[in-house]
Amino acid sequence: MQGGSLLYKVPYLRLESRVGVRFMAEKMVEIRWHARGGQGAKTAATLVAAVALEEGKYSQGFPDYGPEREGAPMRGYTRISDRPVQVHSAVYTPDIVVVLDATLLDSVNVTEGLKEGGIVLLNTPEDPKTVRAKMGLKNAKLYTVNATQISIDEIGRPIPNTPMMGALMKVMPVLKLETILADVEKKFKSKGERIVQGNFRAIRRAFEEVKEG
Amino acid sequence: MSKLISLTGNDAAAHALRQSRPDVAAAYPITPQTELMHKFAEFVANGQVDTDMILVESEHSAMSAAIGSSAAGARTFTATSANGMALMWEMLYIAASSRLPIVMPEVNRALSGPINIHCDHSDTMGARDAGWIQLFCENSQEAYDTTIQAFRIAEHPDVLLPVMICYDGFIISHTNEPVAMLDDAVVAKFVGEYTPARKLLDVDNPYTFGPLDLPEWYFEHKRQQIEAMRKAPAIIEAVGKEFGALSGRTYEFMEGYRMEDAEVVLVALGSTCGTAREAVDVVRESGIKAGLLKLRAFRPFPIARVRSALSKARVVGVFDRSVSFGIEGGPLYHEVRSSLYGGTTPVLPFVYGLGGRDIRVEQIAQAYRTLDEAAKRGVKERDVEFIGLRDA
Repeated sequence: MQGGSLLYKVPYLRLESRVGVRFMAEKMVEIRWHARGGQGAKTAATLVAAVALEEGKYSQGFPDYGPEREGAPMRGYTRISDRPVQVHSAVYTPDIVVVLDATLLDSVNVTEGLKEGGIVLLNTPEDPKTVRAKMGLKNAKLYTVNATQISIDEIGRPIPNTPMMGALMKVMPVLKLETILADVEKKFKSKGERIVQGNFRAIRRAFEEVKEG
Repeated sequence: MSKLISLTGNDAAAHALRQSRPDVAAAYPITPQTELMHKFAEFVANGQVDTDMILVESEHSAMSAAIGSSAAGARTFTATSANGMALMWEMLYIAASSRLPIVMPEVNRALSGPINIHCDHSDTMGARDAGWIQLFCENSQEAYDTTIQAFRIAEHPDVLLPVMICYDGFIISHTNEPVAMLDDAVVAKFVGEYTPARKLLDVDNPYTFGPLDLPEWYFEHKRQQIEAMRKAPAIIEAVGKEFGALSGRTYEFMEGYRMEDAEVVLVALGSTCGTAREAVDVVRESGIKAGLLKLRAFRPFPIARVRSALSKARVVGVFDRSVSFGIEGGPLYHEVRSSLYGGTTPVLPFVYGLGGRDIRVEQIAQAYRTLDEAAKRGVKERDVEFIGLRDA
C-alpha cells in the first residue's frame, strides 16, 4: 500500500550543522512570524523555507490567511527539518518568533507557546534590555534590530521583511547569508537592480546590527 | 534523486499542467485557486506553453467552454474552488455524461455560507455523484504528480471521464513545500498526444455530443458511464504504477501507515494524513496499535481494497472534513462503513476542520485514544464527534 508521499520516496538529507549548536541534526525548527499586512511576512516565511531547502534541509513555509487588510495583524510560519515535514498544521510551539512590527506587542501575545530557551527577534529601535523589561521576557533569548529604519535607508520604503531575514540568519546560523541573498535576487530581479541592491544592503546591515540582550 | 524545489501546491499543479501541454484552458478566478491560474497564465504569456486561454465571465462558462473544447478533440483543463464549482454544477454532469476527459484541479474550500475562503471538502463531496473521478492529494508533490497522471487516466479509451484533482485550499495550495519535478520531455512523453476516437470536428466521422436522450436510451447511456467508472480503477492503478517507474513515486488507491499490525485505524483524505502519521507515532509510544489508511481516490471508491485493508482492525475511525446534514458523519464515513458492511468492526465518525479550522497532531492522537477506549468498552455506534469545536 505504498503511495506517493514524499516521506517514503526521498532519502533523508543530512544536516550540515554549522555554528548554531542549538539546531542540531534530527531536530525541527519552527518559526512563527508576526507582522501587519503589507510588511512582507508571507514573502519572508516562504523565502526562508526555500533557502532552507536549497541548503539541503526539508522545509515548509506558509502564511495564515485572514481578511488580508493592510495593517491588520497576521502570522506566517516556517518549518525547517532534517526529515520531510509531513505535519500540516499551524505552529503552536515555535522555537523562534520573529516580530516585524513592535506595535503588535500591545495587542498580540507573540510569545505564546514559545519553547523554553527559544528566541524572540524583534524589529525595534530600542535596545534588547529595555524591550526585555517591557515584555517581562524570561527563559528566552531576545534579539533586536531596527529593520524599519534599515529598510527606509536602504530600500526607500518601510518594508522590514528582508532585513529581518538578514537578522534571522545571524541568530539562526544554520542558514547561509549568501543563499538568502541569491534567493532575494531571484525574487526581486523583476523589480530592478536598485531594489535588489537595496535589499542586499538591508539584509547585510541587519545581519551586522542585530543586538542580543 | 531529482532536485527538490520549494513550490506551493498551486505552483506545482501549474507546472504539471504546463508540462502536460493542454490545448485549451478555460477558467475563472476564485480563491484559493487564483494563483494556480495566475501561474499558468504567466506560462502562456511567456510562451512556455502553447495553450489557448479562454477567459470567461463565470465558472458556468468555464466548464461550458471546456466541454465544447474537449468535444472538439482538444486536451482541455479548467480549475476552480468551492462556489466556483457550485456554479459549474449542471455542466459537471454534462462533462461526465458526454465522456469528456477534462482535467480539473479543484482546490478544496468551504462552500458558502457563511462565506469562508478556507479549506474543507464540502465542495468536492457535493459533486461525488456527478460522474467525475476524484483524486485527493496530501501535499504539493502529490498535487503535481496527480495532475500529470490525471490526463492519462481521463483520456484512456476505457475511461473517458473527467478527473478532479482535489487538494486542500491554503494548506496545500499556498504552502511552500519541497517538490521534485520531472523534466518537461519526460512528462510530455508520459502524457503523450491526445488523439480522441470521436470528436466533434471530424467531418468524415460525424458524431453528436449532448443530444436529447429520451427514455428509450438515456438509461443505457447512464449504464455506459457506470461501466466506464468500473473500468477506471484498473487504469488509475496502471497509470500510478507507470508513473512510479518514471519518478520513483508509485501511486495506488490508498496508502497505509503502520498498518501491518494496526488495531486502531483512522481513515482520512488530503493534507491531514501527514499530521495523522505523526499522531500514529505519538500514540504508538503509549502502546496503542494505531494505523492510518490514507485514501487517494474517493470516486471511484475502492470498496474491496478498503475492506481488505481494514480487515484486521479492532475499531475504525473516519475523519470527514465535510458534513452531510441529517445523518451522522460525513460522506467518507458512509462509504467506509458501507465497505465494511456485514462485518462486526465498529466504525465511528469524526468531523473536523470545517471552514479551515486547524487540525493538530495532538487532536488526532486524542481521536486514537478515544477509539481505543471505545473498542475496549465495546461501543458499536455513536453520534459524530466534532474535533476542535469551541464550546458555545
